This record gives sequence, C-alpha cells and structure tokens, in this order.
Amino acid sequence: MSKVIEQDHHEHHDHHHPSGGIKRWLYTTNHKDIGTLYLWFAFIMFLIGGCMALVIRAELFQPGLQIVDPDFFNQMTTVHGLIMVFGAVMPAFTGLANWMVPMMIGAPDMALPRMNNWSFWILPFAFFILLMSLFMEGGGPNFGWTFYAPLSTTYSNDSTALFVFSVHIMGMSSIMGAINVIVTIFNLRAPGMTLMKMPLFVWTWLITAFLLIAVMPVLAGAVTMVLTDKYFGTSFFNAAGGGDPVMFQHIFWFFGHPEVYIMILPAFGIVSTIVPTFSRKRLFGYSSMVYATASIALLSFVVWAHHMFTTGMPLFGELFFMYCTMLISVPTGVKVFNWVATMWRGAMTFEIPMMFSIAFIILFTIGGFSGLMLAITPADFQYHDTYFVVAHFHYVLVTGAIFSIIAAVYYWLPKWTGNMYDEGLAKLHFWCSLISVNVLFFPMHFVGLAGMPRRIPDYAIQFADFNALISVGAFAFGFSQLIFLYLLIKCIRENHQVPAKVWEGADGLEWEVPSPAPYHTFEKPPLIR
Amino acid sequence: MYRTACILFAWGLGIGSASAKDLPLNMPRGVTDISEQVYDLHMTIFYICCIIGALVFGAMFAAMILHRKSRGHKPAQFHESTKVEIIWTTIPFLILIGMAIPATKTLIAMEDTTEADLTVQITGSQWKWHYKYFDYNLEYFSLLATPMSQINNRFKKEENYLLEVDRPLVIPTGKKVRFLITSDDVIHSWWVPEFAVKKDANPGFINEAWTKVNEPGIYRGQCAELCGKDHGFMPVVVIAKAPDEFDTWMAEQEAEQRQAKEKEKELLGMNMEMDELMTLGEKVYLARCAACHQPNGQGIPGVFPGLQGNHMVTQDQEAHIDVVINGVNGTAMQAFGKQIGLKEMAAVITYERNAWGNNTGDIVQPKEVYEVMQK
Amino acid sequence: MDSQRLDNTALVKRLVLITLAMFGFGFMLVPLYDVFCDVTGLNGKTSDTAAQAPTSLIDESREVTVEFWSRTQGAMPWEFQPTLKKIKVHPGKVTKVFFRASNRSNDDMVGQAIPSVSPGLAANYFHKIECFCFNQQPVKAGETVDMPLIFYVDPALPAKFTTLTLSYTMFDISNQIAATSLTNGESS
Repeated sequence: MSKVIEQDHHEHHDHHHPSGGIKRWLYTTNHKDIGTLYLWFAFIMFLIGGCMALVIRAELFQPGLQIVDPDFFNQMTTVHGLIMVFGAVMPAFTGLANWMVPMMIGAPDMALPRMNNWSFWILPFAFFILLMSLFMEGGGPNFGWTFYAPLSTTYSNDSTALFVFSVHIMGMSSIMGAINVIVTIFNLRAPGMTLMKMPLFVWTWLITAFLLIAVMPVLAGAVTMVLTDKYFGTSFFNAAGGGDPVMFQHIFWFFGHPEVYIMILPAFGIVSTIVPTFSRKRLFGYSSMVYATASIALLSFVVWAHHMFTTGMPLFGELFFMYCTMLISVPTGVKVFNWVATMWRGAMTFEIPMMFSIAFIILFTIGGFSGLMLAITPADFQYHDTYFVVAHFHYVLVTGAIFSIIAAVYYWLPKWTGNMYDEGLAKLHFWCSLISVNVLFFPMHFVGLAGMPRRIPDYAIQFADFNALISVGAFAFGFSQLIFLYLLIKCIRENHQVPAKVWEGADGLEWEVPSPAPYHTFEKPPLIR
Repeated sequence: MYRTACILFAWGLGIGSASAKDLPLNMPRGVTDISEQVYDLHMTIFYICCIIGALVFGAMFAAMILHRKSRGHKPAQFHESTKVEIIWTTIPFLILIGMAIPATKTLIAMEDTTEADLTVQITGSQWKWHYKYFDYNLEYFSLLATPMSQINNRFKKEENYLLEVDRPLVIPTGKKVRFLITSDDVIHSWWVPEFAVKKDANPGFINEAWTKVNEPGIYRGQCAELCGKDHGFMPVVVIAKAPDEFDTWMAEQEAEQRQAKEKEKELLGMNMEMDELMTLGEKVYLARCAACHQPNGQGIPGVFPGLQGNHMVTQDQEAHIDVVINGVNGTAMQAFGKQIGLKEMAAVITYERNAWGNNTGDIVQPKEVYEVMQK
Repeated sequence: MDSQRLDNTALVKRLVLITLAMFGFGFMLVPLYDVFCDVTGLNGKTSDTAAQAPTSLIDESREVTVEFWSRTQGAMPWEFQPTLKKIKVHPGKVTKVFFRASNRSNDDMVGQAIPSVSPGLAANYFHKIECFCFNQQPVKAGETVDMPLIFYVDPALPAKFTTLTLSYTMFDISNQIAATSLTNGESS
C-alpha cells in the first residue's frame, strides 16, 4: 500500500494556501485546519460543560435548595456528562489525531479529506440541538447521560427526540472520524513506516478507531430503540410488551464500557510520547505497550455488566464480570510500570508537558485503584451510584483524559503555532489545575464512602463540609482553565520563534518539518530509516 | 491509619480539627455479618492499593529526583526486558487472585436468600417506598418527612435532614429478613449502607436481597438510582427491633390498620366543614402533590401540569376525583386511591378546587370520593 | 493515484460494512438477551409458552414453598390478588391456583400479566402448563374474573431452593390494543 505514496501528490493538491475569512474554515479539507477546528470546538465545549458543572457545584455548595430546582439540576448533570464525553474529550482527541497522525506517519493529509470536513461540521449542529433543547418547555434531557429506560422513555419529556437526534449526529461524526483515521493509518504510511515502527499515539488511536466503529453504532441502536419505544409503540424496554428495562442497561454499557477506553487509550499514547521525550530515553517496552493497549481494548467488550451489579444478576454472572474487570488492571498496570521504567535512569527535565504527564500518571493511577476497588462486587454494592464512583471516573477522565489532552497541547503547541508558550503562565496553569482538581475530586471519595448518592441536588447535613470544599475546588479548577485560554491566545498572537525540533529529546517525523508546520507537509513522503 | 491519613488530609485543606472528628470519611462497618465482611474487603483492597501505589510512585519520584538532567545524569540506553515485563504481569495477577477468593466467598453468602424468617415486599415509586409484610396484614407507604421549609432554607435543618420518613420499615434483629424488590414506574434502588444491601427496583421484575441485623437501632439510606426529579428526596429508614418488640409492634399495627378501615366506613355518613377540609387538604397536598404540581399549584410547564385554573380542577368534579383515585397511566400521576384514606382524599380535592384562586366553592365529602371509587 | 483510490474505497467499504453490522448487532442484542435470560434465568423470566405435563414422578420426599405476589403497575384501577398467598407443593405435582382480577373502572380494559420468578436461577424449573399470562386478559368494566394458573415445579430443582416466589405484574395495555386495532382497521 505504501508504494502508491511514492507517486507524487502534486497533481491532486494544487499548492493553494489558505484563503482568508470564514470560507477557509467552512470548506477546508486540510487536516491541520480541521484539527484546529476540532480542538477549538472541544475547548469551547469544555468551557460550556464546565459552566454546567459549576451550576451543579454551586447548588451543592450548601445543603438545601438554593439556586436551581431539582429538575433543572438533573438536566445539568445530564448535559454536563454528554457535553464532556461527546463534545470535549472525544473531539479533542479527534483533533489531535487530525493534526498529528498524518505528520507522525509521513502522510500528506488524512486519507478522506472531504469526509473529514463533513465529520467536523456536523458536530456543532449536534450540540446546538442538544443545548437548545434546554430552552424547550419542560427543559432538556434530565435522565442522566446514561439515559436509563424507562426514565428516558415513558417518563421523559419531548426533548428526548432532540436528544436522540443529536446523539445520532455525534455518533456519525465519531464514526466518520474513526474511519478516516483507520484508512489514513493503513494506506498513507510513508515507505518504511511499518506498523511496529509507528509512534504509540498512532497505535493507540488506531485501536481507539476500531473501538469507535464497533460501539458507536450500538449506541445509535440504543437511542433508536429509546425513540421507537417512546414514540412508535415498540416495547424493547417496556415490560408490558415483553421487553425488559434492564436490557437497556446491557445494551448501553456494551457501548459504554468500550467508550470509557475510547476516552483513555489515546491518552496513553500521548503520555507514551511525552515521557520518553523529557526522559531522553526510548520508551520502555514498546511492543508490550502495543499489546497491552490491544488487550485492554479486547477486554473492554466483556466487562460491561460491572456497571450493573445491583440490577440483580445471577451469581456466576457477577463472578464472571468481577474477574474480567479485575483482569483489566493487569495490562493497565503494565503501562504504568513501563512509564516508570522509561523515566528510570533517564535524564529528566520537567517542562510543562512532562509535568502534566507525570500528574496524569499519578492521578490516573489513583483513578485506576478506585476502579479496582469498584470491581470487587460485594464492595461495589456499597460504592455503586455514590460519589465514590463520581470521584473514580473524574480521576480517570479529568486528571486522566483531560490532563493528557492539555499535556499534548503544550507539547505540540510550539509546532502548531511556531511560537513558544509563556512558560510562567503555563506553570501557573499547571499548579492551579493540579491543586484545585484534587481539592475538587479527592473529597468525593470520602462523601461517597460515607453514603452520599450521586445525582442528587440536596444532601444530608453530615456531607456539608466536604461538599463546600468540593465546590471551592470546582470553581478554582474552572477559573484555572481561563489561564489556559489566555495562554493559548497569547501564544498564537505573539512571536517567540522555535526551531523545527522544539524539544531536545523529541523523536518522530513531526519534528522534522519546520515550526510552525507548513500548510502542506510530507507531500513527498519522508524516508524512514 | 486510614482515618488518621484522611483527617490529616482534611486538615491540610484547612478544615478545623474540631469538625474533622465528625467528618464522614469511610464506609460504615455496618451492623450485619455481611456488611462487616464487605468492610473488611474494602479495607484490604484499599491497603493493597496503598502499598502498590507507594512502591510505584516511590520508584517514580526516586527517578525524578535522582535521574534528572540538571544533576548531570546521563540517560541509560535500555528499553526492553522481557523478564521484567513477565514479572510485573505475573505479580499483579497473583495479587488479584488473592483478592478474588475472599470476594467470591462474600458474594456467594450475599446471594443466598434461602430460609428467610420474614419477607418484606418493597415497591419503589416516584418518590416513595411501599412496604408490605408478606406474612402479615400490614402494608404502608414511606415518605420523606423533612418539611419543605427546611429544604427551602426557611427553617434550620435538623439532624436527620433528608434522611427521615413518616413511617419507617420495621424489622426484627437476629432474624433473616428477605426483601423482594420491585418498582411501580422507573428504576429505583433500595439502599441501606449499614446493611450493605443495595438492590435495584426494576418495573415488572422482582429482585431479592436479604439481611440479618445484629444490633437494634435506626438505619438510614437513600434511593441510589436516578429516578427523576425528586430522586434525592426518597430516603430509606429501617428500624431494627428485638424480636419480641417487633411482634408487639406488628400486632399493634395490624390492629390499627383494621380499625382504620372500619373508621373509613363511619366517614361516609359524615359531613366535613370547609375549613377543616382546607387545613387537612393543604397538609396532604404539600406532602403528596407539591413535588410535581408545586406548592403554588402551577406545576412545571411541559413536565407536570399546573392545577391553578386547570379545566379539570375548576369544572368537572367527578373526573377530578377519578384522576386522583386512579391516576393517569403512563405518566407520573399515580393512583392515590391506594395510598391515602377517604378523608385525606376528600380534603385534598377540596383544597385543589379552592386554593390559588380556583375558588370554585366546591366541597368534596368522603362519601363522594367513595362513590366514585365504587363506580 | 488511482490504485490508491481503490485501496481507500475498498477499505472504507469494509469499515462502513462493519459499522452497519455493528448497528445491526445492537438490535441483535435484543433476541440474544432473551436467549441469555433463558439460559441463565436472569431477571427470573419464565417461558412464555405452555409446558407439557410432567413426565417424571412426583418427588414426595420434599416440599417446596411457592409464594405468590401480584401487583398492578402504576395507575391501573384493577384489584389483582392471588386467592392463595402461598402453597407448599411436591416437585412434579401439578397444581392449580387462581388469581382474581377486578376491573374497578367504568371502562372495559385489557391487562397483560408479566411473570417474574425469584430466585432467578429457579425460573427454569418452574413450568406453567396453563397461565393467564400467556394471553392478554380483557376484563369488562366492574367485572371480576378468576384466572387460572396450572403449574408444577420440576423435580430436578436443586435442593438449595426451598422457596420460590412468583410475581405477576399486571400492565394496562388497553391503549396499545386500541391503537393497534385502529391501525389494523375493522378486519381484526
């Protein structure tokens, strides 16, 4: 397949440079432009979803109902979850893949550039629909991002139709993005770039893309069934017609658990790229990293029911899912050990991308530990649907996925803009984020263990002190991200020229092109040693 | 040690020592053999995680301190070792097996619902629990007892804010109590942390759980599955009494329930005054109806219909009574005929027809409610 | 150039096929789930077709308590009660019990009873020869009917199960019936 690359690309891509104005962004098929669009979209969604989190935390600052009514509170938890998962984390990773995957494998662009444009531009519509449904009479979706039937069918209001429609669009966007990544990686690798020479970020994204096309259609199926149950008289989840509400949870989590890994595997790739750079030492156990990623992906298909231990499962079902879930910690552990072994006897420096990566390793591992605790079924009966779970998945998603995205942005920002970011501001951003995120999420473990259920707008008074503290942490973390916004704008506008190879220990094709990366790169495939 | 660590953490975050003592920090040990086993499992896995964490992070920080470029450390060249990889795949695996054995034992014990001494049928509905003793003639609803004035911050919150109900479930100590759990509408989850019992209530299906409480006392929990607007306001309260006290209590309750039914019949001949009906009606309305239709009767547009100026409430009295008794299928409007007595029903309908400027002047008597019920 | 195009198209086609297959698989999970439930007794679903009369002998050596629990779902103006709360049976012995349903409303209604057996694993050993839950149950306004259930407990029931609970939830499906008969026209 790589021989085709050797032929020149000139005839197809005329050497146009970006035209100005809005049209450049609307019609662009350039992977770098689309990557930029994805990343800014994700950041805006992150801020909007963050504002919703702050509404939640403001209400929970003190016991009693102060700011919002319980129904709006439920809409906030629902839409916060949907936006952060489908609007922030996933598009951010797709954006990074768009920017970096072609450059890392020596390809001139993504394989399907027009579909690439399409897959981005349907996203804003999906989220516009979702956000506008909040202003409908009766409000937006209020059944949690997991939309368990029959709360989302018989007992939901009419914004459910809009919710279903927007999830469909999000799903299509993700699937198109995933197909594009797979075709690019399979067909556009530069000559000599064998699979086992690919950077880990490319590998993890390849596996993620396969997970995406495997499970996003299942989600589409699930929302379609919710729609037909609500409006067209089917009884998939309605016991009266021979259906079963618990089946919804099985179908949802069959999507939902691989989805969790969709949001963390690219993060593993990012950290596996950054840690060796600043340790000035090759990644320890490259092939075992690849195998660990693949086995996590495969195992993710047989653990879904660990989200549903309390639904009443036969004993051997509980045992099977408990053992499989515990098993996942083995390849995940291998990854963490490999990162530590990479640092061991390296020559480390601690630039901001490295700081975020180290924070990622520690805090993600804490999230992994609580995940292991949650796998123990008898204990899960106590943890399930409490703030302990909230703490767990925010540790893996915020200090995991989001921290890795921030690390990636700091790492490649000089390559994208050609300018070095403001080191002082970046340090401020790091330390503010690190401290506030722990003030925000760590006490959640305690209130959860002590018995505070999740998704409640008001709580018993013994949880008051910790909740006040959590809310303070939430606002601090939220405002810390404004530093990041300011830093990004400053970095794009100012001029602090950087060389092609920004980081001393960096390795990879993206560092062979000048900074900022020209509009078209690798039109002649590079030679891979 | 865990507690100390947590308290230190809390201190570090600026919470005073006085309040740190009362802070909820860990899973309760509970009052059943099972809950103690669960607690032990939880602590074991927690300590294992702490040890692994200390080792891994220790190695990492050692590398970060010793092997930094600023100290002039030169990078080593190794980047592979099958031996090491095998070791750190095998050791976690063995630890997991060590964890799985006690977990499996506890789980098997938890799922064994046979040979129960007492069976309680639990039905969740938006947003209350219904308890029915299988072998006795007793069933009742259990609702949040915390007044709206505390939730709206008009009065000081009391000790058991949001964790108190009008009629708690009562069970005997030292007896194996089996719970059959189901739901009337959406999925709920019945949870008492002190028993380590959490089981989903699925509409149309029954789930089983059991407990055997060792200590008499009052145990509190909450619904643990998002079930709509007032999910945060449907607590579970269980009182465990010594078996003989339980028997006395049960006899009293059964007698009361019988008498109440007889009293209902007397009501039919009674004519109640407007004032009496309105006072009682407001009380019933706030407890049962205000969650959806709102205390001001305006409902939530698009979700719950308002009653102020509502055609049914101001015009067709019989349809109004019928809806309150039988509910509306497929909506959140429940059949209150099964939940509240004739007198309360008459009062609340009278209240709805005259409050918030509805001023129809209609007085509904228990007899009229009874007549609609019999039709 | 062209060869690469082909390459891309073939791969995209394959990936789209996988996507469509997975969308189909999402719906396939519905029948798969039912099979899974049948095999494992998840949710205590019992078979919804009539069982044959028992062929094996009655196991006189032990008795199993069968408890009945019946309820109406949500707002349904029916009274629905078993005439017996519980019964002790020898495994293999065919037993007949009744459930009484009274329609307290002014309208003719149709109900559908959904069974659930607990413990779920015992569901496969609970055989119904005749059950009102196999069919929709129309009950006229104000009418009361006694609905039969003929069942036996499989003698192969593992000894650890001493009590079975059979629950019926009665759902009001009058509206659904009305909707389908409207769309089907007068022919039905």
